[in-house]
Amino acid sequence: MSGANDPYDPKQVAALSPEALDDAVTAARQAFAGATDLEGLAAVRPAHLGDRAPVLLARRELGALPPAARSDAGKRVNAARQAVTEAYEARLAELEAERDARVLAEERVDVTLPWDRTPRGARHPLTTLTDRIADIFVGMGYEVADGPELEAEWLNFDALNIGRDHPARTMMDTFFVAPEDSGLVLRTHTSPVQARTMLSRTPPIYVVAPGRVYRTDELDATHTPVFHQVEGLAVDRGLTMAHLRGTLDHLARSLFGADAITRWRPSYFPFTEPSAEFDVWFPEHRDGPRWVEWGGCGMVNPRVLVACGIDPEEYSGFAFGMGIERALQFRSGVGDMRDIVEGDIRFTKAFGVDQ
Amino acid sequence: MRVPIGWLAEYVDVPAGTSVEDLDLAFVRLGLEVEDIHRPEPVTGPLVVGTVLEIDELTGFKKPIRYCQVDVGEDAPRGIVCGARNFAVGDTVVVALPGAVLPGGFAIAARTTYDHVSDGMICSVRELGIGEDHAGILVLGGPGADVPPPGTPAGPVVGLDDVVVELAVTPDRGYCLSMRGIAREMGTGLAAPWRDPGAITPPAWSGAPAWEVAVADPERCDRFSMLAMEGLDPTAPSPWWMRRRLAQAGVRSISLAVDVTNYVMLELGQPMHAFDRKAVTGPITVRLARDGEKLTTLDGTVRRLSTDDLLITDDSGPIGLAAVMGGATTEIGDTTTAVLLEAAHWEPTGVARTARRHRLPSEAAKRFERGVDPEMTVVALARAADLLCEYGGAQVAGGIVDVDTRAPRPAIELDAARPAQVAGVPYTAGQVVELLEAVGCVVDASAGPLAVTPPPWRPDLTDPADLVEEVVRLAGYDDVPSVLPTAPPGRGLTDVQRRRRSVGRTLAEAGYVEAPSYPFVGTPALDALGLAEDDERRQVVLVRNPLSEEEPALRTTLLPGLLATLHRNLSRGQRDVALFEHGAVFPGGRRTPAPLPGVERRPDDATLAALLGAVPEQPWHVAVALAGNREPRGWWGPGRPAVWADAVQAARLVAAAAGVELTVRAGERAPWHPGRCAELLVGDTVVGQAGELHPRVCAALELPARTSVMELSLDALPEGAVPVGPPISAFPPVLLDLALVVGDEVPAADVGGALRRGAGELLESLRLFDVYTGAPVPAGSRSLAYALTLRAPDRTLTSEEATAVRDAAVAAAATATGAVLRG
Repeated sequence: MSGANDPYDPKQVAALSPEALDDAVTAARQAFAGATDLEGLAAVRPAHLGDRAPVLLARRELGALPPAARSDAGKRVNAARQAVTEAYEARLAELEAERDARVLAEERVDVTLPWDRTPRGARHPLTTLTDRIADIFVGMGYEVADGPELEAEWLNFDALNIGRDHPARTMMDTFFVAPEDSGLVLRTHTSPVQARTMLSRTPPIYVVAPGRVYRTDELDATHTPVFHQVEGLAVDRGLTMAHLRGTLDHLARSLFGADAITRWRPSYFPFTEPSAEFDVWFPEHRDGPRWVEWGGCGMVNPRVLVACGIDPEEYSGFAFGMGIERALQFRSGVGDMRDIVEGDIRFTKAFGVDQ
Repeated sequence: MRVPIGWLAEYVDVPAGTSVEDLDLAFVRLGLEVEDIHRPEPVTGPLVVGTVLEIDELTGFKKPIRYCQVDVGEDAPRGIVCGARNFAVGDTVVVALPGAVLPGGFAIAARTTYDHVSDGMICSVRELGIGEDHAGILVLGGPGADVPPPGTPAGPVVGLDDVVVELAVTPDRGYCLSMRGIAREMGTGLAAPWRDPGAITPPAWSGAPAWEVAVADPERCDRFSMLAMEGLDPTAPSPWWMRRRLAQAGVRSISLAVDVTNYVMLELGQPMHAFDRKAVTGPITVRLARDGEKLTTLDGTVRRLSTDDLLITDDSGPIGLAAVMGGATTEIGDTTTAVLLEAAHWEPTGVARTARRHRLPSEAAKRFERGVDPEMTVVALARAADLLCEYGGAQVAGGIVDVDTRAPRPAIELDAARPAQVAGVPYTAGQVVELLEAVGCVVDASAGPLAVTPPPWRPDLTDPADLVEEVVRLAGYDDVPSVLPTAPPGRGLTDVQRRRRSVGRTLAEAGYVEAPSYPFVGTPALDALGLAEDDERRQVVLVRNPLSEEEPALRTTLLPGLLATLHRNLSRGQRDVALFEHGAVFPGGRRTPAPLPGVERRPDDATLAALLGAVPEQPWHVAVALAGNREPRGWWGPGRPAVWADAVQAARLVAAAAGVELTVRAGERAPWHPGRCAELLVGDTVVGQAGELHPRVCAALELPARTSVMELSLDALPEGAVPVGPPISAFPPVLLDLALVVGDEVPAADVGGALRRGAGELLESLRLFDVYTGAPVPAGSRSLAYALTLRAPDRTLTSEEATAVRDAAVAAAATATGAVLRG
């Protein structure tokens, strides 16, 4: 080994000879290949890439060469060092991959083990279906209106053109509230929300009113004394039955698929004139595609507009209402009404949080 | 309304090839809902008309038996054994010959019975599948009756192809409770020629009115007509065709006089009544009942009358509840030979009140409530008189009584363009007139708007809107196109609506299952909760006509329904149940009655305010109930039972979802365990409670021990403020743990609060991570361990600063709660 300032002839600097460098590279490759694990590789690394490794020592000799010879020798040294480094890194990568494969295999778990530590809850399908319907109308620009379940008789009946002795009033199977002169009933439909809305707002009015309603029916497979409706009301200039149909068709398609349409049958409600009951064509019915009775609709009776302070010469309106239980029954194939009302968690959980 | 198609076809020329399905569709399009279609079962094989020639009474059997010779149009009569006795020689009957198969697969063959060969069967109505009558065989007519000759195929004669369509008639269409009304509708619906059975010109009966009649209340009775008949054969049976049609329509045959009044009611829609003329004493007066009057109606019930009930009276007092039901004293009997027929027109709402008051929804009341054609009174009398004459040998005695005080009906003005504007269908003026005329209206189109006079059978047509409906209905609802209107931009859900949704979703995501229950409760349910006598939740709103006498009230708390649902789930084998419900509750208490203003205009502001103010507040509550494990046991280890703290945490989740901070302190309220009841507050307002149920409540409701519940009023939570984004510091935190020893009675919330106050602004978060009792912590005390995260917004905290914060926090806790820093 020579000092930095020794005036050697380059050919005499053995460490910079191609042969010596090749030997160093070969020795390094052999040593790295011989390492069987990462510890072994780390142990041989200093001998070939450490400060005292041959290729690094050779580099220090470069200064001893005359400038003309330095360039060649420098390239040789760099190439040799590069080769050793690459050999090291390649082996390192190999060994790391082997180690990873081994360790990760050892850490394998049974991913099929259940982890249902946090029980799953659910919202009732009546709630989620109501929300879904409300959202469809909100998407059309409607607002959602609420009204009380214990309601003024006048709003439930009189304001809707159902006079005191009207046959429709007795047909409603009303729950009356004590005392006899309370003037209150459990609302028999969501329609009083129509009256409340018209009494408190000025047209244009576009609202839907979902809610719970009451009739004195005993609970059985097809009836429940407490059930849910969604009521819709639009009052504006120039509204026609065509707009009513367009609205119901849009609802049907949004809820039951692109092929759903509605069909109307003439009917009678004191608060609409003309009135219709409507069916929806439901291709996904569990018993095959069919028309399903769904609700009632019509143009707001001008008498109702008058009772609510809206000029029927200037404005017209349409209204519609349908049962949520009924929609749930055919949309989700629920055969027995009791399953909907009894609160059995097996039923409700099937619907999840937001179905 | 049950419509026998054979009967209908008498008035409507139903086009050839019309199927039952076509009729069904036509009814539906007209707005007559088809509830059911009754089809008689078919008879196959030979079924013929026969005449009874001889009857040989057989004796010596358990019952009397007849062996008959019956002419069935063949060379020789057939011998047929028959057990019925309601026929005589010369009667025409229906015979099923061997080879016939009657409804129910009943095959007829020649066979030996009662020692004779029976070569066929004489049929009863039930055997033919056309009615329930099985008291005897079907007699088509006696000697000399207008019946088909023997051997005529009997299928068409007895109307075996007759189908009965059962319709649901809406309250506005009273005229469709008659064959006359249905015929008019179907004539239009099928575009077929039809005849009006009401188009009868009554004969000009001569003589003075047969009875003295006064109508004291012309408002409630604007037409009252009567006809007297005498010489009625009380034994004359109703003809077979009439009995059959009554049976098809669901009306029981009683006697000729009664059957005729019922038949005419079904035919023309005019309810009638037949009085036994000999039982009527003195002039008849139509008047309101007087206080204390009573009447025994035909159904044998003694009725205490209201002064709002309209009566038909004679010298003896009430003899009929007008428009609803006749009285027993003048009932037609087995020996009645003279009758007084009555047909009148009554004001509908009065009829409705009387029918409702006496719970008598009779066929007559049903029609009068919905409106009857006042033109029909005399027509119906004429028709009934004809039938009683033909089948009962009766003659009209004296002249007609007709007290008629009707006012002329005003015409309705209708802009001919209005139907098109309402429907969005371009009807022409000509079409509008044509359709209104099809309804029976008289339309004057000579000037300006149409002047439309509705027909007398349509009292429901009072407004232009009613006429519009008729036009659109008859033109067909299917013509209305589908056009989506453009609503003005909306504002989306209100904060209250968003909050309710958010609360429901939060609880569901936390593992609770929504279980809405009926809001009906009874005293036992409130007793089971251990509510004190003066608890405000016992102030209930009572339902006057509850479904169950056990649950006559509306809920003031969600817990009874929720706990009943919990119990139902547990009894069905569930063990770990977490439920929630949110909905309105109905606090009771005395209130001013809600006014009932008129509807001719908007109520004035004061009335409207009184109306809305009379409707009680119905706060929206949310409640949870838990039993069993909150977290199940699994391969990870044991389960974690649901405890009081889960219920409290549910309240915190609800408040957080509502954007409100909740504080908790110890409370005491039924139905909670007095030592495990958390009072839930927002600011100083108590909004609800959470914790474990009182053990006595669990026992009373048969719920597992330690069942936990929470209930709070969502409406009591203030509006959540718009959240303010906190500054997020990127400087490193200082993490400190400290343990404080405090007396057992000191609530952790107080210690935490004091630490927070003492630590000041540099405290980023505070978390209680351990509660320890036992040595070396002195008895009567516990150690609370807190993790503090300190951070400054603008610098790295020095250890001196951190120590200062910690000391200040501990000092504050010491001052407020007597806490001592644990060594």
